[in-house]
Amino acid sequence: MGRKRDIALAAVVLLVLWEVAALALGSMALPQPWQVAVDTARRLADGSLLDDLAISTLRALAGIALALATAVPLGLMVGAEEGLRRRLSPYIYLLYPVPHVVLLPLIIILFGIGEFSKIFLIALIVFFQILVTTRDAAKNIHRNYYLAIETLGASRLQVYRHVILPATLPKILTAMRISIGTAVAILFFVESFATTRGLGYIIMDSWGRADYVALYSGISAMAALGFCLYLLLDRLERRLCLWTLSH
Amino acid sequence: MITVDSACLGFSHGGATLPVLHDISFAVAECDSCAVIGPSGCGKTSLLFLLAGLLRPDRGVVEVVGQEQSGMILQNYGLFPWKTVAENVGLGLVLRGAARKTVAATVERLLGEMGLSGFGGHFPGQLSGGMQQRVAMARALAVEPRILFMDEPLSSLDALTRERLQNLIAEVWLGKRITMVLVTHSIEEAVFLGRRIVVLGGRPGRVLRLVDNPEAGGSDYRDSDVFFHRCVLLRQILKGEGDGPET
Repeated sequence: MGRKRDIALAAVVLLVLWEVAALALGSMALPQPWQVAVDTARRLADGSLLDDLAISTLRALAGIALALATAVPLGLMVGAEEGLRRRLSPYIYLLYPVPHVVLLPLIIILFGIGEFSKIFLIALIVFFQILVTTRDAAKNIHRNYYLAIETLGASRLQVYRHVILPATLPKILTAMRISIGTAVAILFFVESFATTRGLGYIIMDSWGRADYVALYSGISAMAALGFCLYLLLDRLERRLCLWTLSH
Repeated sequence: MITVDSACLGFSHGGATLPVLHDISFAVAECDSCAVIGPSGCGKTSLLFLLAGLLRPDRGVVEVVGQEQSGMILQNYGLFPWKTVAENVGLGLVLRGAARKTVAATVERLLGEMGLSGFGGHFPGQLSGGMQQRVAMARALAVEPRILFMDEPLSSLDALTRERLQNLIAEVWLGKRITMVLVTHSIEEAVFLGRRIVVLGGRPGRVLRLVDNPEAGGSDYRDSDVFFHRCVLLRQILKGEGDGPET
């Protein structure tokens, strides 16, 4: 209850600051929150914003899901298997700092300008964030846990199931939390080209038409999308990492 | 039956081999108990890992009949914080593919025996050190081991809890007729629980003396003159060895 109240309070403070800034600036480049709220409500009512919100949500979720499905197993194995870690870590060190967003032309050549290239770029960028965090978490599991499960006669697969995955889960969820911010930012980038749907497109299109109220409707919807994904992740954490809340 | 004959062990470090155990020989009969005591860093835990099959000797022979049916309690218990007490206790059976009903019945019985009824749904982090130790013991006993290895299982407990749990360990050892090997740095614990006491000196760890202690585990043993004199004897043997164990 306290947490919900804190979030509501923070939202009110931000809205007040926005209102004050809009009044102080007196520029059409920063409309007042109520103007944006009215426009957003109208777009929601006629269903146009819902379509764009849905397609953006699907793109972000698909990108994160693709990154998770590949980065988590690889990160766990690279972190937990010393031989693999020795062989693959140099590649991770070299590839992680590359600004992957510049690979967009190559991705378009490989996968075309359809949905998959957008999802793939989100996945590619989020992949490294999840991979590095998962690898480090798996590498730092205390030796005692391995000894404990080995003395119980576990197979390697059982060690992954009962030790490596649950021990790294809180860190994986933290990586996902960071990835949501990145995914939403990349979402804006990938929706600013070769598409006429999505929140990123609304923002770019409104900007081009100098329709700042619509621009902020798009920005607000994108922020709401990120916020909802955060809430979803919090719920997932409460369900999957009960022990971290039990102290 | 446990037989150790002229066993040597070393660890590789920076290209050189660091000797850890040198020329260790002793035997423990079936259903007997053995306490290994010595100063910090003398290789007590390494010796226990040799017996449990987690390490192999560089030279000499380590023969443990029933090693595949052994249980182990590690220093700091090695409980999995992400599993509930019941899941921790039943894990060994789950790994062996036991039926759900069998696991539940065994867990309930052992929690009852350890005075932990009603705590099955708790996480280890919610329990006191003494309770966690009993969970670790229940987990080790769930797989009905022929040999129980314990690595300083009571070292982080207060004196009163420690004494109560020493009594519990003695009850388990005598009641279930298992072979028990205990590593400790407490002279009183070694004398109360070890029918055979292996006194190690460091470094590298070598046997200073094998002390027979047939009264071990007796309910009034702590109050007897024999107990007192045997503690004095161990103290004299260990005098001048490393940091020296606690009394």
